[in-house]
Amino acid sequence: MRLTLAQREALWAFVFLAVPLAFFLYFRILPAFQALWLSLYEWHADPAQRRFVGLEHYVRLLEDPLLRRALWNTLLYTLLGVPGQIVLGLIIALLLQRTPLGRDLFRAIYFAPYVTPAVAVAWVWSWMLSPHFGLVNELLALLGIPPQPFLQSPSQALPTVTWVVVWQNLGFQVVLFLAGLESIPRQYYEAARIDGAEGWKLFRHITWPLLNPVLVFSVVIGTIGYLQLFTQVVNLNFTDQGGPLNSTLTLALYIYQLAFLRFQLGYAAAVTVLLFALILLITLVQLRLLTRRVEV
Amino acid sequence: MKRALVLLFLLFSIALAQNITITYWQYEFRSKVEAINELIRRFEAQNPGIKVVHQTFPYDAFQQKVAAAIPAGQGPDVVNLYYGWAPTWVKAGYLVPLPDDWIQRLDRDFVAMAQAAKVGGKLYGVPTAVRSLALFYNKDLFRQAGIATPPKTWEEFIGIGQKLTVKQGGRFAQIGYGIAPDGQDHHLVREVLVRQFGGKPYSDDGKRVLYQNEAGLKALSFYTDWVRKHEIGVPGFFPGNNGYRDGFIAGRIAMIVDGSFAIGTIQQGARFNFGVAELPLERAGGRKANFGSFWMHGLTPLATGPKREAALKFLAFITSEETQRYWLEKVGELPASKNLIRDPKLSLHPIYGPFVLSLAYAKATPFVDEAAQRKVMVDAINRVLLQGMDPAQSLRIAAEEEQRILDQFWR
Repeated sequence: MRLTLAQREALWAFVFLAVPLAFFLYFRILPAFQALWLSLYEWHADPAQRRFVGLEHYVRLLEDPLLRRALWNTLLYTLLGVPGQIVLGLIIALLLQRTPLGRDLFRAIYFAPYVTPAVAVAWVWSWMLSPHFGLVNELLALLGIPPQPFLQSPSQALPTVTWVVVWQNLGFQVVLFLAGLESIPRQYYEAARIDGAEGWKLFRHITWPLLNPVLVFSVVIGTIGYLQLFTQVVNLNFTDQGGPLNSTLTLALYIYQLAFLRFQLGYAAAVTVLLFALILLITLVQLRLLTRRVEV
Repeated sequence: MKRALVLLFLLFSIALAQNITITYWQYEFRSKVEAINELIRRFEAQNPGIKVVHQTFPYDAFQQKVAAAIPAGQGPDVVNLYYGWAPTWVKAGYLVPLPDDWIQRLDRDFVAMAQAAKVGGKLYGVPTAVRSLALFYNKDLFRQAGIATPPKTWEEFIGIGQKLTVKQGGRFAQIGYGIAPDGQDHHLVREVLVRQFGGKPYSDDGKRVLYQNEAGLKALSFYTDWVRKHEIGVPGFFPGNNGYRDGFIAGRIAMIVDGSFAIGTIQQGARFNFGVAELPLERAGGRKANFGSFWMHGLTPLATGPKREAALKFLAFITSEETQRYWLEKVGELPASKNLIRDPKLSLHPIYGPFVLSLAYAKATPFVDEAAQRKVMVDAINRVLLQGMDPAQSLRIAAEEEQRILDQFWR
């Protein structure tokens, strides 16, 4: 059998793709399905002694108050964090794009938190937010505002953690938007200016629609990130993880605690399946709602 | 040629049979790692033919590694674990019971709290060392305030705490007591205060929560009043893991309740004179109580056949009185043997002494799901401290939550 050049090229492409694909299937896809299977069993170190419990763990999901709390918190994190980092990221990117001077320097400064280890970030912020020694409360005191408990308050802890995560992700968001802004052809703006458009109109009718692909990407990636939030939450309250009073508990942290601190791997797997379904659903909805074809 | 090969094969098999390799796992803590390395060297010298591989992991990753490695058949034969984890590990099949003669040895030679290594009447581990709680106090701050001795009763404790608390505006610059619900204080309420006030946290079989009564309520109210009424401390004064200990080391906290495991860190860090005292009592001559805990060495299902015999030998070696003596010197942890803690050199020691004296009456909480039960008590305290909930209501919620955890385990 003789192959055409195109067929041969395609064949080679598949050969090269096969290695990462096999890796991906074995280390990503397969474990995902194993989790599904695991969630139907009572965990035991010896596979022969794993007892089939059917949907028992899924029934437990329905009546688990901690799970409900973790789910609610996770949604709150996402609803606060994703818009937060996108709005701030866009504002900073637009400002940076206008400053010809030192743009690279500022970009590096904004990006620095993103490459700082989350543990270090958590450590520094927990000191800055301390009610008794922290810089933030020092500043509030100058404004005549009484010291705030921030991370130690069951009502303030979640927004505070969200802020730290937003602060950390901001640099990445800024870089994404800067790249998006650079890719918008100058001519569109020039043409619009000739037609008399200025300021807000330029943004509303050119920048915003043409940033759509970056925006969709940011929303989807950001949402997935917040739905899997773990490291910052753990490190911002290390000895009472998810506390105070479960106010910062996330789904990912709850899964970790169930599986590795309480050895309930079967039930933990069921929560994992729930998280997987949630991420899949939300991502599909977002892709559908947000992606628009833009005609200029 | 063929015969030579057979001979070679035979020799090889004999060599293999005599060389048994077992694996020991613990979390990373420098002095413990060094001590175990030295003990392995001595053990291998005494037991030619047994080789011990020592592997360590960061504390945060330790249980995770165990959870994954043992089902994969790659994990330890002998493993170091916190006693409170044993029931969950046993239920999930990560530990196997020790032979019956070990039960007799434990009952005869080890301090009472070591009984907590039993789950359902079977023994799942033996400790080298044990820990208890005591009051650490900053002698320099005490002297500056004209206080000569550490508090004997909680009333004195509150008085001293108030003297040594410095508040400026709404913020504290120094506190009398390093309040830490998620440090050691959840133990303090559960095992110390409840008992001192005449109660008992659990039934003798550990299956029922008993602190939902007058003694329990008094314990929780009394403890939370240190913050709410007497203002001798504030939670989260120093941020970070073990902030209460950091604050004490920084000289900003006058007193903390901490375990004997903290001695080393505090000795190394503190730039002032500090003292250690037995925990204060409800009143002079009142009932004594303390929380005891320990890390123990257990056997996993991977130790089978000749490996099991070797593992048991190693287990006996690292829990022997000789090792316990070495451990005290090298790691600074109190020996688990009844015999050794009777040594007056230990009980009169200015720093170890109060801990050693407490071992005689210390009780280890019969945890079945340590992570969950710890949280129950931390939350019970925090509902009062952070949300202003009535202690009675908070205690009722805690008792219900914890009873559910116990029922789920024992069903």
